[in-house]
Amino acid sequence: MKTRGALVVGVAVIGLGVLLGGLRVNPYVYFAGYVVLQYVVIATAWNVLGGYAGYVNFGTPAFFALGAYTSIFLIEAFKAPLPVLIVCGGLVAALLGLGIGYLTLRLKGVFFSIATFALSVVLQTLIINWEYVGGAKGYTLIRPPAPFFRSWGVLLFTLMVVLAVVTVLVARTIERSWIGRGLAALRDNEEAAECMGVPTLRLKLFATTLSGFFLGVAGAPFPYYVTYVEPSSAFDLNYAVNALAMPMIGGTTTWLGPVIGAVLLGTAQQVATVTISSELNLLIVGVVLVLFVVLAPEGITGLVRRLRRR
Amino acid sequence: MRDVVAGYGAVRILHGVSVEVREGETVALLGTNGNGKSTLIKCIMGLLTPDAGEIYLESDGARIDLTKRSTEEIVDLGIALVPEGRRLFPRLTVEENLLLGAYRTGARADIDRNLPFCFEAFPVLRERRRQLAGSMSGGEQQMLAIARALMSSPRILLVDEPSVGLAPILVTRVIAKIRELKDRYQLTVLMAEQNFNQATKIADRGYIIVHGRIEFEGRSTAELRENELVKKYYLGV
Repeated sequence: MKTRGALVVGVAVIGLGVLLGGLRVNPYVYFAGYVVLQYVVIATAWNVLGGYAGYVNFGTPAFFALGAYTSIFLIEAFKAPLPVLIVCGGLVAALLGLGIGYLTLRLKGVFFSIATFALSVVLQTLIINWEYVGGAKGYTLIRPPAPFFRSWGVLLFTLMVVLAVVTVLVARTIERSWIGRGLAALRDNEEAAECMGVPTLRLKLFATTLSGFFLGVAGAPFPYYVTYVEPSSAFDLNYAVNALAMPMIGGTTTWLGPVIGAVLLGTAQQVATVTISSELNLLIVGVVLVLFVVLAPEGITGLVRRLRRR
Repeated sequence: MRDVVAGYGAVRILHGVSVEVREGETVALLGTNGNGKSTLIKCIMGLLTPDAGEIYLESDGARIDLTKRSTEEIVDLGIALVPEGRRLFPRLTVEENLLLGAYRTGARADIDRNLPFCFEAFPVLRERRRQLAGSMSGGEQQMLAIARALMSSPRILLVDEPSVGLAPILVTRVIAKIRELKDRYQLTVLMAEQNFNQATKIADRGYIIVHGRIEFEGRSTAELRENELVKKYYLGV
């Protein structure tokens, strides 16, 4: 598929999203759809660092929540509109990504993962103690009537369709560029990459920054979605686990993997929440992840590729 | 390279090493394990910054200090490394490995020329271009490591222990290949090696490094063969 073809598909998906928004279906569909699409953004963003470059990030909640809390701050301070929130949420989280990239310069493998996990804990503690954005008791957002759309549900759903398409297109472009090739070298053998003159440090920083940006973007509309944000929901462990599990299930080396993983797992979780229990989600993720790690370590896309080769 | 002192942290490996390689030469750097061959090569590639001494490249009348350059810039200057233990990208395909050899912007433009060259020089790589590098045999992997280094159109090729982990017949083949490529592309070669007999087959001259010092400089392979150190350490005479 060529770049232009991908753009056409992207626009078509957005069009489909707008059409769906026009349907008079149960509003719950939009709420559930938002969550699934949010996970497409999160899984794709995580995969730029975790899948392409091979740096497993356990700190997804930190970046996501930073996007959300940047929004809260900007709403409190300037009553900033939604597009501004998304750009700023992304930029602030990107800065965090750049900082973490520098701090963990020489950390690899499990040590990098531990460092990012610690980041999440540290940031949550800071937010809990920052009264301006609600502190431990949380922040309540009173939404004005939804502009342009008939409800916030439809507006946010459509917005997430657009964000998901943009994120996936960016990830796909990177994957097929020299940057993507360099990141693959980083993942496979960082030392060898350095010998070949691959700018390993700059590529790693690029990946942490870009991954952070889109994780922040995913979190920026969160206050509008839930209207009540508390640290424990914004820093939910679910984000860390899902961000990792979805690409692993779909396949980490291509852009399609996280999309497939997010749609499958995200939908399964939404269905389970309604039909069984909302507490069961993490259990489902765990079981599915173990199954995949054992039976199809390269995810669904890897499995398909292997079957095709035969 | 003059009076280079280098090491890792508090451990000093090289104690004032001077080595010279002139254009078009094949120079062997001989020494057993742990004498500083790889450290010296890392210094040239900018993977390790020497504590003292100078490393420079003279070309077209200009003198470029390599100790102040990053590995990326050094690759751009036309120096390529075939690392010790091959250091391939095992989970990437043969072709992807080769393309990564041409990562630098300057080298990308020549891919259309260099890739067919590599496949011509190493026909086995063409057959296996879609295969994962890690799934090939040791000899094939060493060939790939050499081919990958050639993808950046180097003028100087640094080869670090090409014989490691290879059966004797494969060592002979790899060494012969290095000579063939050297003649074909007018390369300058510095080869670190502990297999004395193999290295002297293609080297014009060589240095013997012992405990981080150059103990002997042989102006020809004959001189090397006659040397007492060589007789003692390598030939077992």
